Amino acid sequence: MIVNGVVLQPDPAGVLHWAEARLLAVADLHLGKGKAFARHGSLLPPHDTKATIRHLAEVVTRLEPECVVCLGDSFHDREAASELEQASLTALEDLVRGRDWIWIAGNHDPVPPAMLSGRSMETFTIGRLTFRHVPSCAMVAGEVSGHLHPSAVIAPKGTRIRRRCFASDGRRVILPAFGAYAGGLDVHERAFSGLFPAGFDVWLVGGKEMRRIPGDRLVRPAWIERDR
Amino acid sequence: MAGFLFSLTDLAAACGNGLHTLYVAPLKALCVDMARNLGAVVDETGIAARVETRTGDTPQARRRRQRSDPPDILLTTPESVALLISWPEAGSIFGNLRVVVVDEIHELAGTKRGDQLALALTRLSALSPGHRRIGLSATVAEPVKLASYLDDGAGVMVVRADGGASPDITIMETGNRIPLAGHTARHAVPDIYRAIRDVGTALVFVNTRSQAERVFQDLWEINDDNLGIALHHGSLAREQRLKVESAMAEGSLRAVVATSTLDLGVDWGAVDLVVQIGAPKGVARMLQRIGRARHRMDEPSKALLVPANRFELLECQAVLDAIGEGVLDGAPRERGGIDVLAQHVLATAASGPFHPDTLYRDVIRAAPYESLERSLFDRIVDYVATGGYALVAYERFRRLTACDDGTLRIADEATARRFRMNAGTIVEDAKLKVRMKSGKVIGEVEEHFMLGLSPGETFAFAGEVWALIGIRQTDAIVTRARGGEPRVPIYGGGSFPPTTNVAGFLRKIMAEPDRRAVLPEDVREWLDFQAEFSVLPGVDDLLVETFPRADKVFLVAYPFEGRPAHQTLGMLMTRRMERMGAGPLGFVANDYALAIWSLRHVGDISALIDESLLLEDLDDWLAGSSLLKRSFRKVATVAGLIERQHPGYRKTGRQVTFSTDLIYDVLHRHEPDHVLLEAARKEAMDTLLETRRLEDMLVRVRGRILQRDLDTVSPLALPVMLEVGRQMVASSALDDLIEAFGGEP
Repeated sequence: MIVNGVVLQPDPAGVLHWAEARLLAVADLHLGKGKAFARHGSLLPPHDTKATIRHLAEVVTRLEPECVVCLGDSFHDREAASELEQASLTALEDLVRGRDWIWIAGNHDPVPPAMLSGRSMETFTIGRLTFRHVPSCAMVAGEVSGHLHPSAVIAPKGTRIRRRCFASDGRRVILPAFGAYAGGLDVHERAFSGLFPAGFDVWLVGGKEMRRIPGDRLVRPAWIERDR
Repeated sequence: MAGFLFSLTDLAAACGNGLHTLYVAPLKALCVDMARNLGAVVDETGIAARVETRTGDTPQARRRRQRSDPPDILLTTPESVALLISWPEAGSIFGNLRVVVVDEIHELAGTKRGDQLALALTRLSALSPGHRRIGLSATVAEPVKLASYLDDGAGVMVVRADGGASPDITIMETGNRIPLAGHTARHAVPDIYRAIRDVGTALVFVNTRSQAERVFQDLWEINDDNLGIALHHGSLAREQRLKVESAMAEGSLRAVVATSTLDLGVDWGAVDLVVQIGAPKGVARMLQRIGRARHRMDEPSKALLVPANRFELLECQAVLDAIGEGVLDGAPRERGGIDVLAQHVLATAASGPFHPDTLYRDVIRAAPYESLERSLFDRIVDYVATGGYALVAYERFRRLTACDDGTLRIADEATARRFRMNAGTIVEDAKLKVRMKSGKVIGEVEEHFMLGLSPGETFAFAGEVWALIGIRQTDAIVTRARGGEPRVPIYGGGSFPPTTNVAGFLRKIMAEPDRRAVLPEDVREWLDFQAEFSVLPGVDDLLVETFPRADKVFLVAYPFEGRPAHQTLGMLMTRRMERMGAGPLGFVANDYALAIWSLRHVGDISALIDESLLLEDLDDWLAGSSLLKRSFRKVATVAGLIERQHPGYRKTGRQVTFSTDLIYDVLHRHEPDHVLLEAARKEAMDTLLETRRLEDMLVRVRGRILQRDLDTVSPLALPVMLEVGRQMVASSALDDLIEAFGGEP
């Protein structure tokens, strides 16, 4: 994957690796989402936070980045950040410490978590890339963002496969959501319109290796209106 | 009506003392029908009793009034009963209850809806001890066993009514040869048409909604006499169905093509003939359908069976043999669902505080839960209270709170309200309304079928051909199409495997030449040729044939246990073949046979098929399979872990789909012993995989496997070989598929 001239490695685990800069970007962890649902009466399994942190730790151990950029919505809501279990907090702090860890503010977590190390910022620019939570309407070359939870459907041999994905047109890239309970939004939905005026490619997450699939080979779910 | 004699006598003496009789039936239509009949009796006799129905269609205001001022006789469904007992006023509603009538009880016993009703009945016993229960059923093999479903400890008396004249059932003879495979019965459509023309009114039953659409189209294509032929199935809009039903009652129709929605004992006047297209799958089901064609007890019902292919013909003959010998189907599933019990615990709590000891004592009086262990019950209660997770994460968010006297009470009114909105045991796939541009709704169709259509493509629905314009929110917008071959809606569900009873008779036909004498000549020849070319298996044998074809080795087994069991068998056998180095490539199953193709011959088949199949690989395979995720979705919905998607609600704009698969993955990894995972496993094995049936088969055929290594495909193997090619894709192959799809690295 090349974005604004920078060679990047989308990882099957759902993170974006910039090997040359030893930088790793990850979007939409939604830590504490299970508990947020419980607060509203749906007693979902409470293990999602632990699962997400563990998954992230595996990736960090494997890729050994010097810098980690969390692209916002790292915490599902304000309570989630302040009510993190001690074990999760410790596990997270173990990851954060010793690295340049950047918390980009998201719409779910505008206020950076006070008890965790790392830097908090709205946007972060390094070299030819700019990291932010919500993709901007105006075209910003080299923008790396999250927020939209992109997913895509392909139809090989009469089956349907739906996966979270990276979406990029070579100028910007939108990362898949990483959190265990973070769902997906099809790339044909209105929220993506205008972001890739000249078309885009996707990279599906969860397989053995990453392959680029042109956007025009995806299945457009029928519920998405064509006539806009 | 017999079930109401006691109630009417009682009510004639005194009425207006609150709810006297509760009538529960599996279908709304039955309640409406019964209300009409009862209303007539009440009017004629001058009994001042108030008779009302309560279903999903009952207006909100009347439902509210029924809670404060119940009628003398209430006719309703299991779902409505389960909701009624969840109100705080349940005690006053049911306090004077004298009689409970459960109609078509065999339809409910053994299903989740039956579990739900059985639990609700224990609640009614607690609220109104000593009331009388009456179960009604037309077709039962083991009435005593079924009766235990109603038993409240006081014992049950089984009353058998005289069956009247025996039914007159024949298999339709057509001039055409019966096809080897397929389900359309197109070869018989002209004969079916003539049969309809020759009688006053006919009911034409089919097994699936897509068959209904196709048969209806085919009949109209040759309807030169312009006979009034209508269509009736569960996906049609309510107004459409009601229109057909009332036209039928008025006698202005000559025939209705229908699925099981018309199965049950709703009475719409004179039916002269019942036509069953496709194999009837079970004796009870067949008798139920035939029962529709009878005017008087001393007159025989007339029915025509129309098999769509040769194995279906054998199955039809098997059903006739079973009816002729008076062997009815066995009793259904016995152990009640964990998810349904979770719902009942919350329903009980919503109506008032309860003590777990008392509730457990009540619950095990329900037949489906009589062997429920206290430890499992406690885990279910814990699940309802806190989610049932090992770490005590949600103490603050408890749905049930403990009081000093040991009772549990619901946390707040919001929890009770949410429960009432989400209660129910039927979890359906998402549906889209089929709507014309004018706004008129024609019916509903499964979302996944519509998502497979592109705008401009055509499909048959509600008896007409439509072109899809597009999908807006929850609607599929369509317009009438002319000409062209329509794609037919493929509805989920609707096809059942033959019962073990019918499968047994089918094997007898294979094994006993005398039974084959009545078969049509082309079918007899086919079986004779099989006997000569290979062998016809004995009653308890399992025939397995192998033969080479196109560089592969094919293996075809004939257990006759139905497609779900065969699919499970195919999955387990291919796993073992993999380990044996035979290089299995794929398999296909139908109701009668299983075909597996592989690179190499496995050698001795008895090493491949034995009881250890179910022990070795099942759990392991199940954990990674999408089947388990599917049943988890249902269990999690019924048990109230996730909220139902209500009709009319659709995520709009920028909302993300948060699927139960994500929850499943997390729970499976971090808490594999959770009670809902246990429930999902149990359900997948019982209902989707039919492992119990498979196990019985494996025990039966021990040491009785007939292996025939042939040079080419046998006559008996032809039907399943015609289905080869429509192979299923295993979930583990998904990654390979993505690669094969040709994405660039």
